[in-house]
Amino acid sequence: MFDLHGYGPSILEGSWLTVQLALASLAIAIVLGMVAALAKLSKSPIGRGIAGGYTTVVRGIPELVLMLLLFFGGQLVINYLAAEVIGYEEYIDIDPFTAGVATIGFIYGAYMAETFRGAILAVHSGQLEAGAAYGMNKWQVFHRILLPQMIRFALPGFGNNWLVLLKATALVSIIGLDDVLRKAALAAGATRLPFTFYLTVGVVYLVLTTVSIILLQWADRHYSAGVRRA
Amino acid sequence: MDFSIISDNIGLYLNGLVITVELVVTALVLGLMIAVPLALMRTSRNPFIWGPVWLFIYVFRGTPLLVQLYVIYYGFGQFAAVRESFLWPYLKEAYVCALIAFALNTAAYTAEILRGAIEATFHGEVEAAKACGMSRSMMLRRIILPSAFRRALPAYSNEVIFMLHGSAIASVITILDITGVARLINSRFYSPYEAFIAAALFYMALTFLIVWGFKLWEKRWHAHLHPRQQ
Repeated sequence: MFDLHGYGPSILEGSWLTVQLALASLAIAIVLGMVAALAKLSKSPIGRGIAGGYTTVVRGIPELVLMLLLFFGGQLVINYLAAEVIGYEEYIDIDPFTAGVATIGFIYGAYMAETFRGAILAVHSGQLEAGAAYGMNKWQVFHRILLPQMIRFALPGFGNNWLVLLKATALVSIIGLDDVLRKAALAAGATRLPFTFYLTVGVVYLVLTTVSIILLQWADRHYSAGVRRA
Repeated sequence: MDFSIISDNIGLYLNGLVITVELVVTALVLGLMIAVPLALMRTSRNPFIWGPVWLFIYVFRGTPLLVQLYVIYYGFGQFAAVRESFLWPYLKEAYVCALIAFALNTAAYTAEILRGAIEATFHGEVEAAKACGMSRSMMLRRIILPSAFRRALPAYSNEVIFMLHGSAIASVITILDITGVARLINSRFYSPYEAFIAAALFYMALTFLIVWGFKLWEKRWHAHLHPRQQ
């Protein structure tokens, strides 16, 4: 049943694009999530307001609706801003890959923010105070004390978010990106074997999630070194 | 922005709202009915019982809902045996396929939530039930399931919200749910902002309604955990 009629390389190409898309989106989501989490815990009411609005609104709307809104609407906004603010009159065409990465990164940044916020709160405040007492500045306290300890608390939530993000990349096939699902849809249309090809996509995703779970378990062991388990 | 497009077509959106709610509620009810026996089988010690259930949960949680939907909606038609069977009039309907995909998907996630809750049952309660001479089915009915449902409630509320958000992909197979109507309005008037922001507002309203409803439910079911009111 798994005779792919010569479409194997095409599916593989699509899978590679899916992996790239997911990893690039993850990078954006981590940065956005970290900024939003720190903003939520900051003393600035404006920062808290913006970050709170971001996480609440994004988590209240389906990914597909946000994706369609940002994909169809984002182009107009960017061109409008470019023309009005910078005076750049030529039409800016955003390629689907960038649009997809920006959209998925933006959405999962909100989920990451909640995970990171919880993890930051789980680090004992005495640790941060001790850092300050040693005369470290804010950045030193962040990357020497807060970051290494919060990773352990953030990992389970981070892993879940990553798995959801990975599966959400299938949605970009709807906005015309040549990911594994779209490649399979093209192959299914040409060969009239939809079951074979969609099942293949399922297997590809299953492999990706399985590898992710194994890596996450390894990371969990690594970052929990020295922690007593009940 | 011109929101008269929305107010002129509010009937379409309300129809979409009905379809979304109907689809999600039916899928959740069916999913829960499948999930309870699956969770019980998953906690069995016999590998021939927990093995297949583990595989079902692993496959459905490890692949995107969109791929599952495509396999069911486009894939099953590949087989002549399916096309000639008495089920075909139902299986070629987009609505039925979406319902099957959503119900099986939420069943897998819910079964995993319930399994965790069942395994967290305090062993003293089970011992007490055995000491009272309860049979296994009576113990399940009176002791294990009621307390497992209570413990599962917070995680289940997340699953309900994920199902609501996941249901947006029904629009990809021509169903006119809230997202489907928004895509129709966008393509008819070329107004991505109005169309998708209106849809987003509907989803946010539903999300907040679910969050609020579960809060009330938790208050009732977790009443024994709250400090006594003076």
